[in-house]
Amino acid sequence: MKKDKTLISINGLTKFYGPKKAIEDVSFDVHQAEILGLLGPNAAGKSTTMQIICGVIAANNGSVNIAGHDIIDAPKQAKQNIGFLPEQLPLYGDLTVDEYLLYSAKLRGIKKQDLNGLIISCKKRCGLENTGKRLIQNLSKGYKQRVGIAQAIIHMPSIIILDEPTSGLDPKQILEIRELMRELSKVHSIIISTHILSEVEAICDRVLIINEGNIVLDQYLKKLLADNNSLESVFLRLTGDRS
Amino acid sequence: MINNIILIARNELRRFFKSTLAWIILAIIQFLVAIFFYVPLVMYLQPASPASGLTDSVVSTMYGFAAYIILIISPLLTMRLISEERQLGTIRLLFSSPISITEIVLGKFLGIIVFYLLILFMITLMPLSLSFGTQLDFGQILSSLVGLFLLMASIASIGLFLSSLTNSPAMAAISTFGAILFLLIIKIGGTNSSSNLAVIFSYLSIDGHYNNFLSGLFNSIDIFYYIILTTLFIILCIWRIDAERTYG
Repeated sequence: MKKDKTLISINGLTKFYGPKKAIEDVSFDVHQAEILGLLGPNAAGKSTTMQIICGVIAANNGSVNIAGHDIIDAPKQAKQNIGFLPEQLPLYGDLTVDEYLLYSAKLRGIKKQDLNGLIISCKKRCGLENTGKRLIQNLSKGYKQRVGIAQAIIHMPSIIILDEPTSGLDPKQILEIRELMRELSKVHSIIISTHILSEVEAICDRVLIINEGNIVLDQYLKKLLADNNSLESVFLRLTGDRS
Repeated sequence: MINNIILIARNELRRFFKSTLAWIILAIIQFLVAIFFYVPLVMYLQPASPASGLTDSVVSTMYGFAAYIILIISPLLTMRLISEERQLGTIRLLFSSPISITEIVLGKFLGIIVFYLLILFMITLMPLSLSFGTQLDFGQILSSLVGLFLLMASIASIGLFLSSLTNSPAMAAISTFGAILFLLIIKIGGTNSSSNLAVIFSYLSIDGHYNNFLSGLFNSIDIFYYIILTTLFIILCIWRIDAERTYG
């Protein structure tokens, strides 16, 4: 079990969409160099939680602290430490991969002299070496997903937040993305959301299950599995479906 | 701050010029304005022409019509500014980046303003070509340019704001068109009447203030009218996007 530095600390997040409650009193910490799997049925509040952490939407209540900076009080410093891949890929189809990555890197305030090196190394890590001159709209789904991940890691953030990074990919691409995430987790902390249980078992250190806006489980995967539970049975028990 | 604004503006322009829309709009505006340049010029050259001076009768006429052409085409320029970012989901890239909403909005505004300046430059080439053969009143031309620029800035900010209300560029275009048309026809309520309301109506209309610039009249009230209109809608746009982040 890792007991490193806490990178994200989330306290009592509550978010309403109009009268509808999306999440309630969500609190957890993310430590350095760990992969946290955010699990939950559809509409459980996974995406909402992630978007609040990234400052895309504001919570009604609670606080998010990223590497010592509050997301509301010091958004620029906090966001510098975050790379975010939303569920809907934030891609401009009419730009080439190179143009898009350059723009994303500049948005994150990367200095001019570092731009080229970062883009080349980022493309290499995501397997995009030969696609730099192609228009994003002409890429296959798998490559678009890679470009999405590339924009999230290009500025070497300490925290990478990926919302369903493997949805719509074929099995081979899923394996490649998982490999990439393992690679990334050596230096970055990663939060991924998914509803594929085997994915969590394959790559995550820690599991967080959200159901109807509340956290119902926060446990290290090793410990969870050591107690002779299968993730599936735990998930089904906690999210209300009895099998 | 400035760097981020320029970054957003440059990306806006780069993507705009990758679409055929930008080039088609430039061509159409150029073609239509050329007609309104050529026709007064031919009329001026008639021996029996009652026109007073070349700049006044040809150049100002051209800028006068150019304003209406630009007002009509403008919704197509501004419709995608914010709405498309939302449609593509790229607005989340902007929101999760270390840039403020003010920078995003000002960057978008700057981007479209640069495009308007290009239109302004392109159509100004036509009257400038006359200076090879005759004397032009450059003061009046400059005044027309300032007027047209302020007019463009105000409709750009209206379009920007209306684009921030929706995630569909078509909706943004039609509502911007409606708003511009409203600001144009509001002066009908102000004609042939001397009531206080009529004065307000004609004061609020968007092209009345422009006519002073065309005749070379630099009136601070007209300048303030456009600056207030522009600033108002930029601020509304920032508020709107900020509210979206808080309540959406």
